[in-house]
Amino acid sequence: MDYAYFPGCSLESTGIEFHMSAKAVTKALGINLIEIPDWNCCGASSAHTRGHWISLALPARNMAIAEAAKLDVAIPCAACYARSKQVEVEVSQSAETRAKIEEIIGRPYKGESKARNLTDILYRDLGVDKIAAKVVRPLDGLNVLTYYGCLMTRPPELACDDVEDPVSLDEIMKALGANVLQWGFKTECCGGSLTACRPKVGLDMTQKILDAAIKAGADCIVTACPMCHSNLDMRQAQLAKHDHNYHMPVFFITEMIGLALGMKQKDLGVDRHFIATEEVMCKLEEYEQEQIQKMMNEGGEA
Amino acid sequence: MTLNERQQQNEALRSEFLRRSGVDVSKCYQCGKCSAGCPVGDHMDIPTNKIMRLVQMGLIDEAMQSSAIWLCASCVTCTTRCPKGVDVAHVMETLRQMAKDHNCVAEKNIDKFHTVWMNILHKMGRMYEPGLIVGRNMVTGNIFQDTSFGVPYLAHRKLKLMPYKSNNIDEIKRMIEKAEAMDREEGGAR
Repeated sequence: MDYAYFPGCSLESTGIEFHMSAKAVTKALGINLIEIPDWNCCGASSAHTRGHWISLALPARNMAIAEAAKLDVAIPCAACYARSKQVEVEVSQSAETRAKIEEIIGRPYKGESKARNLTDILYRDLGVDKIAAKVVRPLDGLNVLTYYGCLMTRPPELACDDVEDPVSLDEIMKALGANVLQWGFKTECCGGSLTACRPKVGLDMTQKILDAAIKAGADCIVTACPMCHSNLDMRQAQLAKHDHNYHMPVFFITEMIGLALGMKQKDLGVDRHFIATEEVMCKLEEYEQEQIQKMMNEGGEA
Repeated sequence: MTLNERQQQNEALRSEFLRRSGVDVSKCYQCGKCSAGCPVGDHMDIPTNKIMRLVQMGLIDEAMQSSAIWLCASCVTCTTRCPKGVDVAHVMETLRQMAKDHNCVAEKNIDKFHTVWMNILHKMGRMYEPGLIVGRNMVTGNIFQDTSFGVPYLAHRKLKLMPYKSNNIDEIKRMIEKAEAMDREEGGAR
């Protein structure tokens, strides 16, 4: 399974764990990611506030480079995915748009190379059975909440999962052995860039999600968006100043897969989170010990 | 001023809005579902469905001067749930672009953040987060915003200190300039 790979800007810095774990996990699962040479920023979350053509042109260049290599593009970041999918859909639906985009970027792009969300590739192209088959350290006993945010599921014409009740992260987490809890905030907005440019409003949105996660009794949140991860993980310290203390670990889906596949925390970037993940790791270990003990006891009785 | 007079005053803006957005706002029957699902609704000066009503009435200036259009997080929940298939999020987006072009931005710091972002793209072709934070703090005057994260970021090895500059920066610059010129041409406001 070969894909062109577009990590996007966040995955080189604040979302570096997603980059590290995506590369490690895909390799282990037999998915070959070929990074687009000299890719550029897709423009999220600013270009679309400026104009239509600038918002399409930026991701179009990356897509055109991938199309020249006849590859679909695997995109871990939800925002990069949505921007890239937008230009793919618009170019493939309108000859006029295609002509204009090709004129702007100075490269051919027919919209044949598809923008694919990495989680969707894992869920649909590879399939959860193939992931489950490679699990050596099941996440049994771990209570997780899946958090999709906005851009994997909206708008509907770009969505890679159900708009109101997406399941791809849920199904992958179940395949890893985790206990997936239900809540009403799967697709609620975390505030996106508002935490950076209008903190009072943005932090309020982030806080609502964390409060709901605590109320649901989760051990951790699992996401597939670097913006959501950054807001939920990093901003907990800021919220603690205003309100009570927060301690809700937030993982990328690929980190979770990597852990279940027996990979080391530092190889996945798990040690780089703002909110320490020790408790989650301890819980997994304790559960494993309990199971071993149980098995030994049962063996003794028999 | 009567409603009629205000509508007449807004005539040019109204046709500009229709041309730029391509959205048929007359389909909106004011059910309020867009406001009900909006995650930023609590903070908006004018709720989303009222923005829709203003646009329907042709009172573009009032909608354009609201802070609501800038607080909109582009989460697209409104569009997704609209029973009439109106692209509400695109209405908000078009109003933002028009507010910028007509120099009536209510949320200056949000706008400045986007300007800093686009300036970095012009220069590098990729985002450079330390530059974004420092740039934003300079233009907004909130010098210390988020600076407390600097050390933790370094400690967690999450900050890319050296910016990446594209090998094909000239190609990217040309592309950005062309796209922006086309947007200006089609906006036709400046």
